[in-house]
Amino acid sequence: LISTMARQARATESRKISSELFTLTYGALVNQLVKDYESDVEVNKQLDKMGYNIGVRLIEDLLARSNVGRCHDFRETAEVISKIGFKTYLGVTPTIANWSGGYDEFSLILDHNPLAEFVEIPDDHKKLFYSNILSGVLRGALEMVHQEVEVKFIQDTLRGDDTTEIRLKFIRKLEDAIPAGEE
Amino acid sequence: MSGNYFFVIVGHNDNPVFRIEFSKSGESSTRREDHRHLNEFVAHAALDHVDETMWTTTAMNLRIVDKFNEWFVSAFVTASRMRYVILHDVKNEDGIKNFFQDVYELYIKASMNPFYRVNTQIESPMFKRKVLTLGKKHLLG
Repeated sequence: LISTMARQARATESRKISSELFTLTYGALVNQLVKDYESDVEVNKQLDKMGYNIGVRLIEDLLARSNVGRCHDFRETAEVISKIGFKTYLGVTPTIANWSGGYDEFSLILDHNPLAEFVEIPDDHKKLFYSNILSGVLRGALEMVHQEVEVKFIQDTLRGDDTTEIRLKFIRKLEDAIPAGEE
Repeated sequence: MSGNYFFVIVGHNDNPVFRIEFSKSGESSTRREDHRHLNEFVAHAALDHVDETMWTTTAMNLRIVDKFNEWFVSAFVTASRMRYVILHDVKNEDGIKNFFQDVYELYIKASMNPFYRVNTQIESPMFKRKVLTLGKKHLLG
């Protein structure tokens, strides 16, 4: 009972920060990475790594706030990611689409990406996935709940594609304890 | 010959950050070349007047700051001291005021792009397209 009350108190405390500050902070981060690393592919990898470190921590916060139970299958996982995960942290609910036959792969379609407000990628960085931190966050978070999932961007409106689409592929359930080392 | 406008955004080092021309009549290309050099010169010469006038008022829109033969020079200075200068041969105060306001909003959005370095040339084709539309709406309309 006490833990529930503590959780409710946390939920009502809303410390708002400006979304512009958030967007500009992320933009500065990507810009610095682009300057530091030679190739777009390398920057994508670094963003994924950072995202992973965020994801493994963020999942605790999410589960503490939201009271969701264990997901029984990948379809439930998809719903939770979109309607609770994305909604809580980015204020958007991506559409779940393009399920594979065996229900082990799906896409998240983002109509609106708060990370990418005002961003225009210059022509010489065509391979950059600007929001690739999200891939890492999802991968890290899911690993902590014992699901090994491969996550990657396959389309991005910032690169001139029609939509922004993240593909998630279930690899396996992790039965063993998560190894202590992080990337 | 009326309804011609030459708009330039000038950076802190008197460098052109963006420039575009609006014209109602379709001038022949050779005449436009001559005018282009003159426009650059007049705009540059007007910068001193812009800098003087900027300190006399708290408003961003400085309206007409200088005149050269048949050309008027209007200016607008943003919070980050980017100077917008328009050369025009008809008065059109309201149109220019609205144009400056809308371009200012566009400029703010463009400068929020993490890949854009302030005071460098604005290359974005989208910015150019939108300024063209604004020009047609406020200046030539």
